[in-house]
Parts: sequence; structure tokens; C-alpha cells
Amino acid sequence: MVRTLLVRGLLLGLLAGLIAGGFAFAFGEPSVDSAIALEEAAQPPAAEAAGHDHGEEAVVSRPGQKAGLFLATGLYGVAVGGVFALVFAGLRGRVGPRSEGGLALAAAATAFVAIILLPFLKYPANPPAVGDPDTINSRTLLYVIMIGVGLASTAIAVATARRMQGGPWARWIVTVVTFLVPVIAAWALLPGVDEVPANFPATLLWEFRLASLGTQLVFWTAFGVLFGWACDRAARRPAAVPVAVPAPS
Amino acid sequence: MSGLTTPTSVPFPRLRPWLLAVPLLLLVAYLVLMDNGAISQTGNYLHELMHDGRHLLGVPCH
Repeated sequence: MVRTLLVRGLLLGLLAGLIAGGFAFAFGEPSVDSAIALEEAAQPPAAEAAGHDHGEEAVVSRPGQKAGLFLATGLYGVAVGGVFALVFAGLRGRVGPRSEGGLALAAAATAFVAIILLPFLKYPANPPAVGDPDTINSRTLLYVIMIGVGLASTAIAVATARRMQGGPWARWIVTVVTFLVPVIAAWALLPGVDEVPANFPATLLWEFRLASLGTQLVFWTAFGVLFGWACDRAARRPAAVPVAVPAPS
Repeated sequence: MSGLTTPTSVPFPRLRPWLLAVPLLLLVAYLVLMDNGAISQTGNYLHELMHDGRHLLGVPCH
């Protein structure tokens, strides 16, 4: 049963990753190209030879990087889809909606908020030419910490809501508050990152960030729908897994 | 709401061996999203190849 779920997560993760790659290619690449053009115009090629560069002298050409986009989103989908499937296997029948499709959608939406939206709001995505190469490690660390905060806050909120007595309104309010308190604390305590050059076009930055968040939204929506659909379809198929009579809720 | 066990839940002892896949999957995610040569030993090649994906998936990059 776990093997089926894992394979499902890996394959549908790949598919959702490629779909998200298509979105990123159509809506994100134009702003990536514009940002690189600005960077190239700002500094002569000789000056970038020592470090990281994006232009024609780069290790991987621009067409190569655009193909690499699909490789990256596809592999990302495989990795995330596999972890999601194992978490789903642990949650199923224990936490969240009873129906498989409902649980898949709820878990995917929660994952999007906890590990994508929260880190994005604190440390938004930046196009090429924004961001100091020397701070990449600390920025990555802060980003990972923010993902951890999102996951921990989700776990705290779910655990608290499960232990709580009372009506659905009280439970929802407690869930949201126990989620938001550690999140807001982390937002306030963690240092900010502002490395956008003063002359970088604000509209380009906005378009890139929208496309970046959109790429993740497309991924998690596609993955949640595909995974939920596949689970519901498998559950309806007779004798695929020993399905017991649903417990009265 | 009923208790911890409903018919479709996977018993934890059966789930546990599969969790060994998690570090492997996280390694793939790391190589795609964050590696700058420290683990892959390919210098910046992975970084450059995954460059556009990293930017558009929203992880810190430069």
C-alpha cells in the first residue's frame, strides 16, 4: 500500500513538476531574460569572468538553462511528490479529511502555505542580478529556517486542534492562532534580506516574483488534484486494496 | 471524530522502512535547489544547469 502511494507521488510529482515548468517557461522566463539583459548591460563581460555569470560565457548556455528549468522543476516534483506521498500515508486515517481526495487537496494546500507561501513572504524570490553571491549561504539558511518554521507551526496547530474540545468555530480559531503565533514571531525575529539594487526596475521585480509564486502555485495545485484524483480512483476500484466499511462520522 | 485507528490508516511499523527514502528524496531536492558544489563536487555546474528553475521555484540564488 505504501509502495503504491510512493510510486504515485513520484510519478505525479514529475508530471506536476513538468506542468509547473511549462508555466515558468511561459510566464517566468521573459522576466529572467530581462533581468539578465540588465545585468549584462551593467557590467562588462571581463568583470564577471572571476565569478558567477549569466551571459554567453556562462558554464551552461541560456538555452541550456531553459532546458534545465524543466529538469529542475521535474526533479523537484519527484522529490517533493515522494516525500508528500509518505507523509500522506502517515496522515491517512489519522488526521484531516476522511476522503482520500479531500486529504490530498488539504495536505497539498497546507504544504503550499507552510513551505512555499510563508518563506516567500519573508524572503521573496529574486530574479538574476538581484542578490549578492557572497550572502548566498546565509540567505539559503534563512530560507530553510523559514520552511522549518512553517512545518513546525503547522504541526503545532494540528496537534493543538486535535486535542481541543468544542465546536468547529473554536477549533478553527485555535488552529489559525496557534499557527500564526510562531510564524509572526519568526517573521519579527529573523533578519530581513534586501539586496535589490537601487536602479532595478520595480515592475520587473514584481512580474518575476508573481511568476515565481505562480510556478509553485501551479505545481501544488496540479499535484494535489492529480494525487487526490488518483487516490479516489484507486479507492473506487474494487479489491485493489482491502477497503473496509467507512466508519460513521 | 473517532480515535487514532480508522480502517484505511497504515500501521506505523509498516510505514517505517519506507521512511528511509526521505533522506534520499531530500538529497535530490537539495541538489536541485541549493547545491553549489559542496556535495555534488561538480563546482557550479548543477547550479548553472538548474539556474532558471532555482530562481523560478523561489529559492535564494544569485
